[in-house]
Amino acid sequence: MTTVTADSAPSSTPPGRSAPPSRLRRSWEKHWYAWAMVLPVVIVLAVLIFYPLFRGIWLSFTNLTEANQVAEICTRSITGGEVCTDNPNKWEFVGLDNYLRVLTGEVGEFWQWTGTTLIWTFACVICHFGLGLGLATMLNRPMRLRGLYRVLLVLPWAVPAFVSAFAWKFIFNERFGLANAALAAIGVDPIDMFADRWTALLTAIITNVWLGVPFMMVALLGGMQTIPGELYEAAEIDGASAWQRFRNITLPGLRSVSMTVILLGTIWTFNMFPIIFLVTEGEPAGQSEILVTGAYRAAFEGIRNYSLASTYGVLILSILLVFSVFYRRALRKQGEVW
Amino acid sequence: MRKVGRPARSRRSPVKSVLLHGTLILASLIAIGPIAWVLLSSLKPGYAIQSSELTLFRDTTLANYSYVLTETNFPRWFVNSVVVAAFTMAIGIFLSATTGYAVSRFNFPGRRPLMMVFLITQMFPVAILIVPIYTILARLGLINTMPALIIAYLTIAVPFCAWMLKGYFDSIPTSLDEAAALDGCGPFAIFWRVVLPLARPAVAVTAFYTFLTAWGEVAYASAFIQTDNRFTLAYGLQQFVPQFNPQWEYLTAAAVLVTVPAGLVFFFAQKHLVSGLTAGGTKG
Repeated sequence: MTTVTADSAPSSTPPGRSAPPSRLRRSWEKHWYAWAMVLPVVIVLAVLIFYPLFRGIWLSFTNLTEANQVAEICTRSITGGEVCTDNPNKWEFVGLDNYLRVLTGEVGEFWQWTGTTLIWTFACVICHFGLGLGLATMLNRPMRLRGLYRVLLVLPWAVPAFVSAFAWKFIFNERFGLANAALAAIGVDPIDMFADRWTALLTAIITNVWLGVPFMMVALLGGMQTIPGELYEAAEIDGASAWQRFRNITLPGLRSVSMTVILLGTIWTFNMFPIIFLVTEGEPAGQSEILVTGAYRAAFEGIRNYSLASTYGVLILSILLVFSVFYRRALRKQGEVW
Repeated sequence: MRKVGRPARSRRSPVKSVLLHGTLILASLIAIGPIAWVLLSSLKPGYAIQSSELTLFRDTTLANYSYVLTETNFPRWFVNSVVVAAFTMAIGIFLSATTGYAVSRFNFPGRRPLMMVFLITQMFPVAILIVPIYTILARLGLINTMPALIIAYLTIAVPFCAWMLKGYFDSIPTSLDEAAALDGCGPFAIFWRVVLPLARPAVAVTAFYTFLTAWGEVAYASAFIQTDNRFTLAYGLQQFVPQFNPQWEYLTAAAVLVTVPAGLVFFFAQKHLVSGLTAGGTKG
């Protein structure tokens, strides 16, 4: 409330600016508290997300690594002074080299990792959504013990991801894991889950599904409770079956929630680092890596390769951006405003 | 808790009832199974955990817990984690609430881009951001300090929480704001005294989410913290997993101890979870 309103804005318009200052000032007076409220977040995001992003994009066109990052090599001379010479192997601009090396498979297994990431993401999101929707539908009915079921079913959400990763790795352990004991009980020989690409991926997917269903369930349950009960009553009077009510009332009512949580779920799962990193550890021989974990290992094992890491980062971000653009366009075609 | 918005229908048939409860019981068992199994295992001595013969109880002992609590730096890490999580939670709630409120109520220039930015920040792979963020924090002299972690966790948690709170604020009628404004409240007073108290469920979810983000994060914690007495739990726990010989008995005990505070926060937040997330989900 301290902005000065009395003095009128200067009348001369500086060249090259489309809006006269009086309009800027009016805008400022009208919106300053809104800006003040978002400012801290904007600053933190700008410094810690967008600056690194632009730096990362720039780095992806260089060959910067831990080994060649210094511009000068300084050696201590006998007299105690420092002699500095230019580093002959100093990092430099290399254009699209990093992208070529990654996309042609010269470093890492970009295409294999992308394939695994897609399988991983779709499998997880479909299971998250399907199970979440099923459980939410059941929990949305009046019944005994409803509150108890809900608490128990949401519980996995409260377990930190790294703890769940340990717990499931423990369960899938070849020698003393619960999973193999269960298999043995029905007469199947124990399997070393982490010796095969697909079983390894399966363990990671199971872990992540277990971890992610509660969020979907809670979000969808919330969405269901906003659907007016009269719709169901009317449908029932018209003789609609339970399935018809679900298809024609519940699903359309959940459209906007579903679209949002599926988009968020896809992005989160795509970048889900700890589960693959801790549960499968890429076994066997890196075959169960997804993009983020593969990139992390390719870039940070041994000499840290900052430019390579940035290249992967830019590629991952591009994939997700393209996906969200198409996703939103597909939704808009169906008349959805998001 | 709110009742379902639908009158109780004709009683369902016993078969359906059994199916419904059966499915939910099975799902609940799967949900708590792994946690329960870790809990049971943590009470066994090492040789019993690693034996291929599985039993629910065997030579029950609290030795693993006493080892973790007395022989390792666990208590120290625990305190560190509590400090980091508490600050992340407090600052995170404050920032998300003010931002969410501004985005919900005021049609200021930059509003839509900001909402887009919140979505885009979710797309950045943490593993890749680590290095540039490290460089910045090093330049600010924050490496190996708690504020480094708190700031980094805020960048993860705040965009989602602000977006969620925005949805909830949208569902609170603006007529309340207008009434308060007529009574002479400024925009900050309206936010603080009128809207925020009404948004308690969404704030509870925010608290839960920010706490959990800080409590369970591994990647940033392992990159930004270098000395043993400043580790957080998530990273300290890795000490029990040497490359070739994981100490499962200590790991399970530590996992239980780590989960308990998260469970407590969950317990206080859980009755708000559904209603808190509702509006956030319905309004994109």
